[in-house]
Amino acid sequence: MKTYDIVIVGGGPAGLAAAVAAKEAGNDSILILERDHELGGILNQCIHNGFGLHTFKEELTGPEYAYRFIKQVLDLGIEYKLNTMVMDIAPDKTVTAMNREDGMFQIPAKAVILAMGCRERPRGALNIPGYRPAGIFSAGTAQRLVNIEGYMPGREVVILGSGDIGLIMARRMTLEGAKVKVVAELLPYSGGLKRNIVQCLDDYGIPLKLSHTVVDIEGKDHVTAVTIAEVGPDRKPIPGTEERYTCDTLLLSCGLIPENELSRSAGVSMNPVTSGPVVNESLETSIPGVFACGNVLHVHDLVDYVSEEAKRAGQNAVKYIADGCKEVTGDNVIELCATDGARYTVPSTINKERMDDLLTVRFRVGDVYKNSFVSVYFDDERVMHNEKRILAPGEMEQIILQKKKLDEYPNLKKITVKIEKE
Amino acid sequence: METRELTCIGCPMGCLVTVTLDNGEVKEVTGNTCAKGDIYARKEVVNPTRIVTSTVKIVGGDKERVSVKTANDIPKSKIFEVMKDIDAAEAKAPAHIGDVLIKDVAGTGVDVIATRNVEAI
Repeated sequence: MKTYDIVIVGGGPAGLAAAVAAKEAGNDSILILERDHELGGILNQCIHNGFGLHTFKEELTGPEYAYRFIKQVLDLGIEYKLNTMVMDIAPDKTVTAMNREDGMFQIPAKAVILAMGCRERPRGALNIPGYRPAGIFSAGTAQRLVNIEGYMPGREVVILGSGDIGLIMARRMTLEGAKVKVVAELLPYSGGLKRNIVQCLDDYGIPLKLSHTVVDIEGKDHVTAVTIAEVGPDRKPIPGTEERYTCDTLLLSCGLIPENELSRSAGVSMNPVTSGPVVNESLETSIPGVFACGNVLHVHDLVDYVSEEAKRAGQNAVKYIADGCKEVTGDNVIELCATDGARYTVPSTINKERMDDLLTVRFRVGDVYKNSFVSVYFDDERVMHNEKRILAPGEMEQIILQKKKLDEYPNLKKITVKIEKE
Repeated sequence: METRELTCIGCPMGCLVTVTLDNGEVKEVTGNTCAKGDIYARKEVVNPTRIVTSTVKIVGGDKERVSVKTANDIPKSKIFEVMKDIDAAEAKAPAHIGDVLIKDVAGTGVDVIATRNVEAI
């Protein structure tokens, strides 16, 4: 049986960046397992531009961004298997996978990097009343049909949810000649990036109706009309506010869910807020030697941050193996805590001995905050107080912790991130 | 004096930028956090431009469609003319990232280039 030091589950942006970083950190025994027939993951269908501003200082489309990393994987001679589905990750880091050539096979690994990404919340999870006719797609499915297969899902479109893929698809369908009638968003704010609202909706005069949801879908065989209504603060439809739109297509862009079935069956501890694994400063899960990065860890809005995070996971996996695959225990573990508007932090704990000089902590807020402060407390002392013109749930935030600052607090037990008005 | 509020689309930060105009002339740009925001705001109020991305049909390749973009930004008012040319085009495999698939699209002086590799089969 062939063994590898590092098995990476997923060949999308996270898996590719983790592989390149691990190779560059000196490990030559790396295998990427990818279930699709090509590397690159979801970037291949994200043909719009705006990727890479942070990583490459230029504006690339999704396929171009993916190819920058694919080329590195090829040039570095990193091994990968396509059309290969990982079935199981055992707690001892034996990875079970299958494909048409090899059948079912097992690979004992010293370290595993989880890079499975996320998937869209489907209609079944949304409780939309009405018939179940053809013409209802998740925004990402429509994106694949239009951009990869070259088919138009429909001509008259209503979109539920203002996630970035929904906004991008509103523009894409419009450019290809469809009439996008309305984007309805249940929440009083959009879950997408502001720039996407400007260049995907405002540019084309597509109305965004906040605090609205779908209350009826008509059509026996195919969608013929969709009714939306305003919702109150309890998110329940307000009678009398219904508006009916004739259409042949309903797109759903109602959130992304990290795809963690494998992590769960491996026994990795999960964070109920992110639906991703709980990780420490090294992006290592509760199982020593199992690392997580990218959208399987928490849903990102920028691929640049995915690549940066994955790079750290790759480097840390190499370090874990070089240090003898030891479980790092120590009482010097600092807990990271998110309160007062901050919903979560990644990572959740910091082991100071293993911390880099600078550590990026990412988090999201739970509501829209204007002219507020992102504050960081070391136990009860406020050590950071950064003013922000705007904080929104759709935009990931970050703080950077300095190791030398933490060293000034030898008895530090808890770091709290919170949003304050002053 | 007239002021206009814009959301900068130079990067995903989405800074709220305020432009002060006097008789159509930009007097001041505030709220931007980088030089890109200043350039974007000045351009956006006078001559808005966009990069257009789409796909072009490709024959004889390992994929049905090749993704493309305008090599530079084009006037916002020309987007649908550019799309018309892109939809009418047909490429022949192979095509590689950066290859020009349509020259001078819709008379904008800008080329449409491939953003993906499609190999001939």
